[in-house]
Amino acid sequence: MKQISLADKRLALTNIIFAYIAFLIGTFCGLLQVFIRNDALTLPPWLDYYQILTAHGVLLALIFTTYFIFGFLISGMSYSLGSFGPKVHLFSWIGFIVTTAGTLLAIVEIIAGRASVLYTFYAPLQASGWYYVGLALFVVGTWIYSFALIGHYVKWKKQNKGQLSPLFAFMTIATLILWIIACLGVVATVLFQFIPWAFGWVDTINVELSRSLFWYFGHPLVYFWLLPAYIAWYVIVPKIIGGKVFSDSLARLSFVLFILFSIPVGFHHQLTEPGISSFWKFLQTVLTFMVIIPSLMTAFSMFGTFEKTGRDKGATGLFGWFFKLPWKDIRFTSLFIAMFFFIPGGAGGIINASFQLNEVIHNTLWVVGHFHITVGTPVAMTFMGLTFWLIPYLTGRKLTKAIQKLAFIQVITWSIGMLLMSTSQHILGLLGAPRRTAYAGYMDDPNALEWFQGILSNHVTMAIGGTILFLSAMILIYIVFYTLLASPKANSIEEQVEFPMAESDMSDTPKFLENWWIWIGIAIALIAIAYTIPLIQMIEHAPPGSSGFKTW
Amino acid sequence: MHFHKFEKIWLGFGILSLLLFLSIIGVTAFAFNHQPSGGLETIDPEKVDQTAPFDKPGVHKINDDTYEVIIVAKAFGYEPPEIKVPAGKKIIFKVTSTDVTHSFSIINTNVNMMVVPGQINTKEYTFDKPGEYLVICNEYCGSGHHFMKTTIEVIE
Repeated sequence: MKQISLADKRLALTNIIFAYIAFLIGTFCGLLQVFIRNDALTLPPWLDYYQILTAHGVLLALIFTTYFIFGFLISGMSYSLGSFGPKVHLFSWIGFIVTTAGTLLAIVEIIAGRASVLYTFYAPLQASGWYYVGLALFVVGTWIYSFALIGHYVKWKKQNKGQLSPLFAFMTIATLILWIIACLGVVATVLFQFIPWAFGWVDTINVELSRSLFWYFGHPLVYFWLLPAYIAWYVIVPKIIGGKVFSDSLARLSFVLFILFSIPVGFHHQLTEPGISSFWKFLQTVLTFMVIIPSLMTAFSMFGTFEKTGRDKGATGLFGWFFKLPWKDIRFTSLFIAMFFFIPGGAGGIINASFQLNEVIHNTLWVVGHFHITVGTPVAMTFMGLTFWLIPYLTGRKLTKAIQKLAFIQVITWSIGMLLMSTSQHILGLLGAPRRTAYAGYMDDPNALEWFQGILSNHVTMAIGGTILFLSAMILIYIVFYTLLASPKANSIEEQVEFPMAESDMSDTPKFLENWWIWIGIAIALIAIAYTIPLIQMIEHAPPGSSGFKTW
Repeated sequence: MHFHKFEKIWLGFGILSLLLFLSIIGVTAFAFNHQPSGGLETIDPEKVDQTAPFDKPGVHKINDDTYEVIIVAKAFGYEPPEIKVPAGKKIIFKVTSTDVTHSFSIINTNVNMMVVPGQINTKEYTFDKPGEYLVICNEYCGSGHHFMKTTIEVIE
C-alpha cells in the first residue's frame, strides 16, 4: 500500500484536527440558533444571537472548510507527486501558523462581543480593527499554504519536463489559482478600506465599493469549497467503485471553466441593491449561468463512470449498472448522497441568480436552505466521506466494521436532518421569513404567525431537522476521535486503509489545458470586463462615505 | 479532446436551454422593464433629513395613477411610522438609510429592497389587493434587527 511520508501525514492530520474542532463548536452554535428562532430558548444576557450566528458562519463556512481542504489537498499532493521537500514543509507550517493566528484573533473578537458583524461584515457596521486584522491574517496564511503547494508542483514539473501532471495535482492547482485570484477582492477591501477605517485612521468608508469587493470574493469562495469536493468525485469515486476516470481531458476542461466563470459574477449577490446599473447586473447574471456548462459536464462524467463501471462488472439493461454500485461501502455511499443533494442545490442556485427572480428569495430563509444543501451537504458530506478513510490512512489505524456501521448511521441521520431543515427553510423563505434574524413574532402579525403554523413550513420542523443534524455531527466527532486515537493499529497490509486514487488515461489530453497562463489571462480579462466600469463608477460617483456604527 | 456522442447531445441540450432561459430573462428585463430594485442616485448619509425628498418622508401623490412613498430606514425602524396607499395604483418606493445597511421588504410581494447608506433604492409596485402588509428588515443591522418592522395599509 503506497504511503506518504510521516512528516506530510502529520501536517495533513493537524489541519484535519483543527477543522473538526471548528466543526464541533460551529454545529453547536447551529443547534442553539434553531431553538432561538423557534422561541424555545432564551440566551443568557452575556450571550447574543448574532454573536452565535457570526461564530456559526465563520467556524463552519470558513474555518472548517479551509482547514479540511488543505488537509485533503496536502495528502493528495504528497500521494500523487511524492513527499514534500523541506522548503514546502517550512512554508506549509508557516501558512498553518499564520492562518491559525488569524482564526484565533477573529474568534476572540467574536466571543468578546466586539465583532457581531456576521461573516459578511458589511460596512458600515464596524467591528474592532483586530477582527479585520484576524481576517487578513487568515487569508494571507492560506496564500502561504497555496504557494507552498504550488512550489511542490512546480518542482515536479521541472523534474518531469513536458509531462502532464496527475489529475489530482492539476485540480489542486486549479483550485488554488481560483482561491488566490478570488481573495484579491477581500484583501483589497480589508486592507485598504476596513482596517484604516476601524482603527480610526480615516473617518469614512465607501460602502457600496466594500460590498462589491466582498462579493467579488464571496462567490468564488463557494467554488473554493466545491472544487475539492469535485476532486473527490472525479478522482476518488471511480477508484472506490473499481473504475477509471471517465475522461481526463474533460475533467481538466471543467476545472478550467470553473476558474473562468466563478469569479466575474459577484453582482448576482447584489441584485436588489442600488449603486450598480441593471446592465452590469445582467451581464454578471449571464456570466454566472456559464458555470452551468462545467456543472453539466461534471454530472455527465459522474454518471458516465457509474454506468461504464457497472457494465464492465456485467450489468445489463438500461439501469442494471445502478445495482452494481458498491452501496455497502460507506466511502462511496456518502459521496453519492452528497452528489444527489447537489441536484436540488444547483437548481436552487439557478433560481437565486435569475435576475428578477432573486427578489422573491433575497435574504429570506430560502437562501439558508439553499446553502445548507450546497456547502452544508454536497461539500460537507463529501468531506465526511473522505474523513472516514483519510484519518485511518494518515494514522495507520484500522477502519473497523463497527465504525463503518456508525458512519452509515451518521450519513443517514445527516441526510434526514438536512432534508427536514432545508425543506422547511426553503418554504419559509418563499413565505417571506427572513434569514439572519433572531426570533421575532413581529408583534403577532398574521403574516409572521404563518411561519409557525404549517407542517413543513414551520420553524419547529426546522428545529427538529437541526437537532437531528447536531446528533449526526456528534457521531461524526466520535468517529473522528476514535479513528484518530483509539482504533486498533493496522498491522498487516490487508488491514491498511488505502488512499483511493483512480487511474486517468492522459493519452488524449491536449497539453494546452495545463498552460495556466492562458487560463489566468482569460480569467483576468473576464474580470476586467465585468468589473472595471462599475467599480470606477462606484468610486467616481461615490456619495460621502459612512462613519462606523456599532449597533449591537 | 474527445467528446462522447451522448455528452455532445447532453451539453447541446443544456446550452440551448441556457440560451433560452437567458433570453427570457433579458427580454423581460429590458423590453418589459421587469427589473429588480436599484438605481444610481446617491445621497449624503449624514444629511438625509435635510435632503429632498427624504426631508419629508411619507406618501406623496404625483398624479391620479401614481404615488411616491419616501422612506428613511434607521436602526431599528422606518419613517414615516404610518404608510397608507391605494390598491391598483402605481406606487414608487424610494428608500435610503441614515446609518447601517437595512432592507425594506414587504412580505408576500416582490418588493425586497436593500437599503444601503449613501444610495437611494427605487422600486415600482402595484398592490392588487387591499389589506395590511407586513414590512420587515431582512438584512442584519444590529441587536434590535428582529424588531425592525412596519406595516403598509393598502386601501380600496
